[in-house]
Amino acid sequence: MLSRTADHLFWMARYIERAENTARMLDVNVATLLLPQSTEAAERSWRAMLGISELQPAFDAKYALVSPRDVIDFMVRDPGNTSSIYSCLQAARENARAVRGTLTTEVWETHNDTWLELQKLLAGRLPERDPPRFFEWVKLRSHQSRGVTIGTMLRDEAFHFIRLGTFLERADNTARLLDAKFHGIAPSHTARANATQPGDDQHFDFYYWAAILRSVSAFEIYRKVYRDVITPARVAELLILRPDMPRSLLASLDDVCANLEAVRNDRSPETERRAGLVRAELKYGRIEDILQQGLHAYLNGFLERVNDLGDRISRDFLVPRSVRW
Amino acid sequence: MPMPFDEMNGSDGATRRHYCDYHDWLAAQSVETMRNKRTEADLVFRRVGITFAVYGDDAGTERLIPFDVIPRVIPAAEWRLLEAGLRQRVRALNLFCHDVYHEQAIVKAGKIPAEQVFKNSQYRPEMHGVDVPNGIYAHVAGIDIVRANEGEYFVLEDNVRVPSGVSYMLENRNMMMRLFPDLFARHRVAPVAHYPDFLLDNLRSVAPHGVIDPTVVLLTPGMHNSAYFEHAFLAQQMGIELVEGQDLFVLDNAVYMRTTRGPQRVDVIYRRIDDDFLDPLAFRADSSLGVPGLLAVYRAGRVTLANAIGTGVADDKSIYPYVPDMIQFYLNERPLLANVPTFKCREREGLDYTLAHLADLVVKEVHNAGGYGMLVGPAASRAELESFRAKLRENPGNYVAQPTLALSTCPTYVDAGIAPRHIDLRPFVLSGRDVTMVPGGLTRVALREGSLVVNSSQGGGTKDTWVLER
Repeated sequence: MLSRTADHLFWMARYIERAENTARMLDVNVATLLLPQSTEAAERSWRAMLGISELQPAFDAKYALVSPRDVIDFMVRDPGNTSSIYSCLQAARENARAVRGTLTTEVWETHNDTWLELQKLLAGRLPERDPPRFFEWVKLRSHQSRGVTIGTMLRDEAFHFIRLGTFLERADNTARLLDAKFHGIAPSHTARANATQPGDDQHFDFYYWAAILRSVSAFEIYRKVYRDVITPARVAELLILRPDMPRSLLASLDDVCANLEAVRNDRSPETERRAGLVRAELKYGRIEDILQQGLHAYLNGFLERVNDLGDRISRDFLVPRSVRW
Repeated sequence: MPMPFDEMNGSDGATRRHYCDYHDWLAAQSVETMRNKRTEADLVFRRVGITFAVYGDDAGTERLIPFDVIPRVIPAAEWRLLEAGLRQRVRALNLFCHDVYHEQAIVKAGKIPAEQVFKNSQYRPEMHGVDVPNGIYAHVAGIDIVRANEGEYFVLEDNVRVPSGVSYMLENRNMMMRLFPDLFARHRVAPVAHYPDFLLDNLRSVAPHGVIDPTVVLLTPGMHNSAYFEHAFLAQQMGIELVEGQDLFVLDNAVYMRTTRGPQRVDVIYRRIDDDFLDPLAFRADSSLGVPGLLAVYRAGRVTLANAIGTGVADDKSIYPYVPDMIQFYLNERPLLANVPTFKCREREGLDYTLAHLADLVVKEVHNAGGYGMLVGPAASRAELESFRAKLRENPGNYVAQPTLALSTCPTYVDAGIAPRHIDLRPFVLSGRDVTMVPGGLTRVALREGSLVVNSSQGGGTKDTWVLER
């Protein structure tokens, strides 16, 4: 297929996944706001969230204080913020529109409907009135996009580039979320985060980690897999190394590799090799080793490699990033 | 002023025979049912995204082209006459294009003044002597037809550069079948859905000599073009790639497209980009829509463009008055379809007549399209008439004038209910192996009362066109 078409499909998928993960992250933050904590802790938490997408400078340029209301406004509906849910859904829809002919009617209409409905929800101020319900809506629309893609699209290159976009973005976003959530907590918590046993402030910890698990739809899964109290180390293991956990880094890389293989061309074997390497390290990795290295350092390294994969995919198949608008 | 010819109702108020069934059906529908259907149509068009970007509109908003659910019906016998006339006319236009870029016989015979052809801004010297497959220049021709006076058909305008609108014709039919399946059980309406098949076959048939399984692509300016929906729609219906200039490149005297598997050779380009923007090395250098080096490959016969470069010389309003002469000259036949009587302002007589009767005439710029830059005499104010008179005197060669035709009307939904509105018809004539077309075409309707301007870019709407099989 046309490189430019594949590029649009790839980015369409990335943007909707990004919108979903932004909603998930905001949802966690709103949920943890309800926990008893100091204002500093709360503010740190919001800042960390902004830091995930490197948005602190942009936010600070616009707002004097970090207030939940402003952060939500900035991350949900600000068209000037390229990572806001609004901007992501707009970009997803515009990319879809650019390649309508390659999509089934159902897939196009889903993206178009999402966009149209978003306007209505924003006009009715749902994100302000009932944030969790709004975030739920975003997640649902993303589920629907994926479902309709899997359910209706021919298993051809168009399909594989969409899936590649979804899983690469998921790997990236999940790693960032983990980094913010583990890194953005108070120093006294960091030690506990690296611990394998629950600490003193069990209640706070429980709600904190439970919220993170819920953000990746993994709360019930944790119980099923571990049948034990929630510890940070196991949360990290679940979300990084478990192949059966659909939003883990390993599961995402499994799918990245499978789809890379499906679209292999003359230039891509090196990219496949690098992706395979990341995946193998996840597959055979141990959480103890990762924690010893330090979660933050580990995730930073991981993000660099995922970014590299993205660049290489653009060069091998799509429109090289330097050329993209 | 006599009432315009109405498609459904005769001057005596009785329903015309071919509309009787429909009329009875409509009478049996409740107002609410029809209103619900019309709302449904709106929602579906919007959801599917059949929108149209109007130039000059704020924020590049997308608008729906209004669709009216009352069909325009043409009896089979009338269509047969139209079809024969269209076939004849398009054959002549293609022969004219070939002649202009080769022997120029019609000019040498004195039928058309030389400067009308060679100083025409649409004449492309680069095409002189270039042979094109099957001698076809206008693979897709949109011939605008109106009905006037007592119901005679006239050709209003030929469009052989990049005619558009066929996607609306196809989607309107889909919509009607979805909204009113019972109507199609009652009427035998000739199908139109095979247009993309015809078009694809046509395009494949004009591949460069020797190519066995030609790769056909549709070249679009991109999604910000007002007709983008149509480009995407047709490409999908034909199962061909929709490409933009940046997807193509020229190498070793051939055209390739950039794919995920590497470069792929392209044989036929159905281009929906004007000549001027096709090749920055040959035409407008500032165009980013085209493919550098495309003209060279085209002249070498190693890629086919549909429509050919340079067809604009045939659909210019200043050439329009000569089309009946072309039919006579090339085919030795009398035109089956008449032109609207036209006064050429570049000629003394034409200019004098126009200036004297300005308030009764429609005056058009020869190079413009879409209803822009024209004067509708009877609707113009004194001031507008005076300012136009000045423009005429300053540059008479830029204008042609035609009597205001009382275009036929068709019942259409308006705010107050159902009322007659002026319509025209654009059939799409395909030339390749043969000259073919699907029955009917796009009916455009001027939605404002009394307005004669049907162009969608200026607020017109569309209807489904039915040719009844009998």
